[in-house]
Amino acid sequence: MSTFGSFKSLSRAMFLGFGRDRAALFFTVLFPLMFLVLFGGIFGHQTTSKVNVLEVGRAAILDQAVAGGGGELGKVMKVTRTPDRAGALRKLEKGDADAVVEQSGNELVVHYSAADQVKSGTVRGLMNSIVQSANQSATGKPPAYSMTTRQVEDGSLKAIQFFTPSLLGWALASAGVFGASQTLVTWRTKGILRRLQLSPAPLPTVFAARVAVSLAIALVQFALFVLVAQLPMFGLRLSGAWWMAIPMVIAGVLAFLSIGMLIGAWAKTQETAQAMTQLVVLPMAFLGGSFFPLDAAPGWLRTVSYIFPLRYLNEGMLNVMGRGLGPMSALPQIGVLMGVAVVGAMIAMRLFRWDAV
Amino acid sequence: MVQTIEVSGLRKRYGDVQAVDGVTFGVEEGEFFGILGPNGAGKTTTLEIIEGLRKADEGEVSVLGLSPWPRNPGLLPRIGVQLQASSFFERLTTREQLRTFGSLYGVPVKKADAMMELVGLEGKADVRVEKLSGGQAQRLSIACALVHDPELLFLDEPTAALDPQGRRNLWDVLRQINTQGRTVVLTTHHMDEAEILCDRVAIMDAGKILRLGPPAVLVRGLDVPARISVASGVLAVADARLLPGADEAADDGISLTITTRDPSAVVAAMAAKDALTGVQIHGATLEDVFLELTGREYRA
Repeated sequence: MSTFGSFKSLSRAMFLGFGRDRAALFFTVLFPLMFLVLFGGIFGHQTTSKVNVLEVGRAAILDQAVAGGGGELGKVMKVTRTPDRAGALRKLEKGDADAVVEQSGNELVVHYSAADQVKSGTVRGLMNSIVQSANQSATGKPPAYSMTTRQVEDGSLKAIQFFTPSLLGWALASAGVFGASQTLVTWRTKGILRRLQLSPAPLPTVFAARVAVSLAIALVQFALFVLVAQLPMFGLRLSGAWWMAIPMVIAGVLAFLSIGMLIGAWAKTQETAQAMTQLVVLPMAFLGGSFFPLDAAPGWLRTVSYIFPLRYLNEGMLNVMGRGLGPMSALPQIGVLMGVAVVGAMIAMRLFRWDAV
Repeated sequence: MVQTIEVSGLRKRYGDVQAVDGVTFGVEEGEFFGILGPNGAGKTTTLEIIEGLRKADEGEVSVLGLSPWPRNPGLLPRIGVQLQASSFFERLTTREQLRTFGSLYGVPVKKADAMMELVGLEGKADVRVEKLSGGQAQRLSIACALVHDPELLFLDEPTAALDPQGRRNLWDVLRQINTQGRTVVLTTHHMDEAEILCDRVAIMDAGKILRLGPPAVLVRGLDVPARISVASGVLAVADARLLPGADEAADDGISLTITTRDPSAVVAAMAAKDALTGVQIHGATLEDVFLELTGREYRA
């Protein structure tokens, strides 16, 4: 009996069955991708807007600073000229402008509103430095102190760098748990397990085929996620050891399949298996950090989050895909996930039943 | 002569229920063997033990000279099992289904495809199993059980839920399979089916075999009177009672029915009176044997 032949043909049968299941395709592939597009779109372009300054008449100090600043000021401040002083102040009161500036003689008058403390602080600081540097150059002496600026690599996590691995983690978890539990329950209630038991094909072959199909689906999910997130509109940048996410994905899928097998071995009907799957996957996705970063979460929540295998997958993928850590950084998480897979599979094997009776 | 199946002293208990309680029988090579019995009689459990799906608590089972338990990969390719539920892979077509099951036994694609012809499903090759009618699905499940050309075929209530045309069509398929030299073991609770198809039947109830033999022998062994009926009014009821061999006569306004243990004498006498308009003779059937043995009361 050709074991490999059986393996190939069973895998093919299951893959075809999956591919023709529109609902499964939607929920495992398209649905998480929609979330990525949505979250990437909403949170991807969150930049602080410029300070909006209205210049009444001509303020020579301000004009000189803007002209001489080499465009630096233009990055943080937008200056609009207006002859209407009363109109400008009204705009400021309504919050449509952040400051109104006018020059009378040698005095620069800055009107501001206290509604937005950060912006009003920014605008006063800016104006102050403009006046100071005008004073300094008026003395004709070179400045006593000088400043040089150096930019460091931006260590804060861009939204897409976070959402790509963590939403992918959620997608993998729900596909894995759901796939395994549904397959097991369906096969048992429909008598396919019986039928397989009666064929000479070795049983590990049958289960290996199911695992292989799940891994293939997971790698497709991974590829789609990474490709979509790298589109210019989302702008995911993969650095260094991103490829380490692939063994992470595999370990994660094994862990989730094993949890799904556990549910499938325990549940008697498809409905029970479905409800149980939701009960496991949804809290795990929320508390495991798939929908929001846990870095800012309270300490107890972060502690609780480590109960969930998904937390390790999310963290591991985030480290290598989002934070650009080295390949070795993923090993502890891979270890935890493999441990979950082994323990889950062992319990599932004890609960396993061939038939529905 | 080595028997294809030998079972002796088989016992199996589930909790408080003694599902199989000392079953002994043999099935010969090439035989069409039926196991009859009401629901819960222990037919399916008996079959499952023979197929190697369950372990017997007690007793000996030998199938094609081998022991089916524990799971015997040397025996499995030689037997084919059609299960009660139609167990198919989801969303696959008829052809894909057969090829997948075939591959579990190392059957080449061409041979798997040829099975569609045997059960008359050539036209449904690209139809998904969910779209097949009850009869087509049943034929496909038989084709799946036969795809590896087994010597011994087990069928568990193959015609349940089929219409009369579907049943007759399936009987033809089953007879053809049997005449190819395969041994077939069938469970059913359709008595007419067993009478038409089986060489021998075992009637089971409460985990025991009550009778075993060819259907005709079982029927003849049953002392049930024959009923002769003719059109109403052909003969007066009083005259009918006086016919030689007649036990009882009644006229319900549609038919005159005469009960007798000597139908040939009664028919001869009626012929002499030219009173055979619309004559029908009902002998005992396997159903009578079955009801006689298992009782007529309804068990919910």
